[in-house]
Amino acid sequence: MAELKINIGKLSLKSPVTTASGTFGYGMEYADFMDIERLGGIFVKGTTAEPREGNPYPRMAETPAGMLNAVGLQNKGSDYFIHSIYPKIKDLDTNIIVNVSGSTVSSYVACAEKMAALEKIPAIELNISCPNVKKGGMAFGVTATGAAEVVRAVREVYPKVLIVKLSPNVTDITEIAKAVEAEGADSVSLINTLLGMAIDVNKRKPILSTITGGLSGPCVKPVALRMVWQTYKAVKIPIIGIGGIASWKDAVEFMLAGAAAVQVGTSNFIDPAISMKITGGIREYCDKYGFKTAAELTGALEISGNV
Amino acid sequence: MKKYMLDMTVKECINIHANHCLLKLISDCTLPGTLPGQFVQVRVDNSPATFLRRPVSIHYIDEVNNELWLLIQKVGDGTRMMSKCRPGDRLNLILPLGNGFTIPPCTDNECKNLLIGGGVGTAPLLFLGARLKAKGHKPVFLLGARTQSELLQLQYFQAFGTVYTTTEDGSCGEKGFVTRHSILKSVRFDNIYTCGPKPMMKAVAEYAFSSSISCEVSLENTMACGIGACLCCVEDTREGNICVCTEGPVFNIDKLKWLN
Repeated sequence: MAELKINIGKLSLKSPVTTASGTFGYGMEYADFMDIERLGGIFVKGTTAEPREGNPYPRMAETPAGMLNAVGLQNKGSDYFIHSIYPKIKDLDTNIIVNVSGSTVSSYVACAEKMAALEKIPAIELNISCPNVKKGGMAFGVTATGAAEVVRAVREVYPKVLIVKLSPNVTDITEIAKAVEAEGADSVSLINTLLGMAIDVNKRKPILSTITGGLSGPCVKPVALRMVWQTYKAVKIPIIGIGGIASWKDAVEFMLAGAAAVQVGTSNFIDPAISMKITGGIREYCDKYGFKTAAELTGALEISGNV
Repeated sequence: MKKYMLDMTVKECINIHANHCLLKLISDCTLPGTLPGQFVQVRVDNSPATFLRRPVSIHYIDEVNNELWLLIQKVGDGTRMMSKCRPGDRLNLILPLGNGFTIPPCTDNECKNLLIGGGVGTAPLLFLGARLKAKGHKPVFLLGARTQSELLQLQYFQAFGTVYTTTEDGSCGEKGFVTRHSILKSVRFDNIYTCGPKPMMKAVAEYAFSSSISCEVSLENTMACGIGACLCCVEDTREGNICVCTEGPVFNIDKLKWLN
């Protein structure tokens, strides 16, 4: 049987299958449906230095093969996480990775610094790509200089594995990826949601309270896959592929395009045990095609001719 | 409560009205314990426009026959597809989800409970009425609809308690809205439970509040995950934005910001 273990910089994952921030709570929400310790990691809900109420309801609109959300980083803040959530999840035998968000460089730094002090949090995912907050969030992630600025500041206070989550709402995602690599990011994860919109024709009003929101689900997969492939050619740091993964085949596609690991997101809502089915499917795929390790899948895409 | 993902078999799918169907499902294994007011998330297959599961409140549980009943209003592609189920079809459900209505202690069987429902919102009140009766209570139902044909499942409600009705056109029961029904003036109730269109529930909440009657409402905010992970279904409460899927769907009106 193929070895599933992979590495993201200094971080060792027992499987390339992880779950995406904002779709998997703190892991416990899914413990009735699967053995969450079999995951390579759990990217927990976006956490900010201070508590955030998020955006007003309605926050969700269903779309063909996907959904729009405008949650707006609702969370109880880093201190609540440290005192009320961390003690419950710190002994899980998987990587608990905190998605760190902010509205200013100093608020990213404040949250990252607190997470650095937590022994059982081996990595953070810096969220410079949330499309649902007015200040900060995606604003940092849509220019190379903005992305570099926040990564540089966080790198100074965060010595452990630093993953930067990139926005697809840019002209050239490779420019942003190269900028954060240059500032010392250990890995990039992509993509966050695509900015979208939905309208209720009967009311002639937007469905979301924020008018626009972030699109996720199988509908974004081809865009995400293309961006992972482009980024793989542009940077040397490992890539975590995200975007509409709903089956082992989707996950393998991302790995062939260059992802070292994947995050399963919106599909957790339809099948709360989907990440386990994906894990089993990747192993079977490796065995079928003679890959000794899942790591060998990364970038194994074969392109013929002068493309 | 532990949650389960189960494949269930369709026993019957009865179109009880042009816009409503009654879906009776049978579980191969013993159904997990459920509370009235809780809901299930149904995966809808073969409906390209339906991506997410559909949250549906539990209409009734027949523990003897391991049956779960859902009352479905055909509002969109997903619910329309569910209404086309045939006996023997399999449906994938996640259950039980959410909290549930508060059942008064069985020692207090003089407690007068009024269950007010409107339209398809009457669905969870049948299961609630059944459990109240099983605890020794004598539930009173006040069910409202636009017209007689939209008063659903009346014969089942009658099995568990006294039923009063209102219709907007006066075709059955008193004419007008549930909040104007004469029973509210003639009987002093201790608890009100309500589920239905939001304007109706708000009117019921205002009545209960002004009459100092404890009142629980069941909300149906649009949901994605149903298990507290996505934070899409929040209600703006006195405790801030909280998930209807895990903290609700049943709320005491004291917790909501509906009343000033």
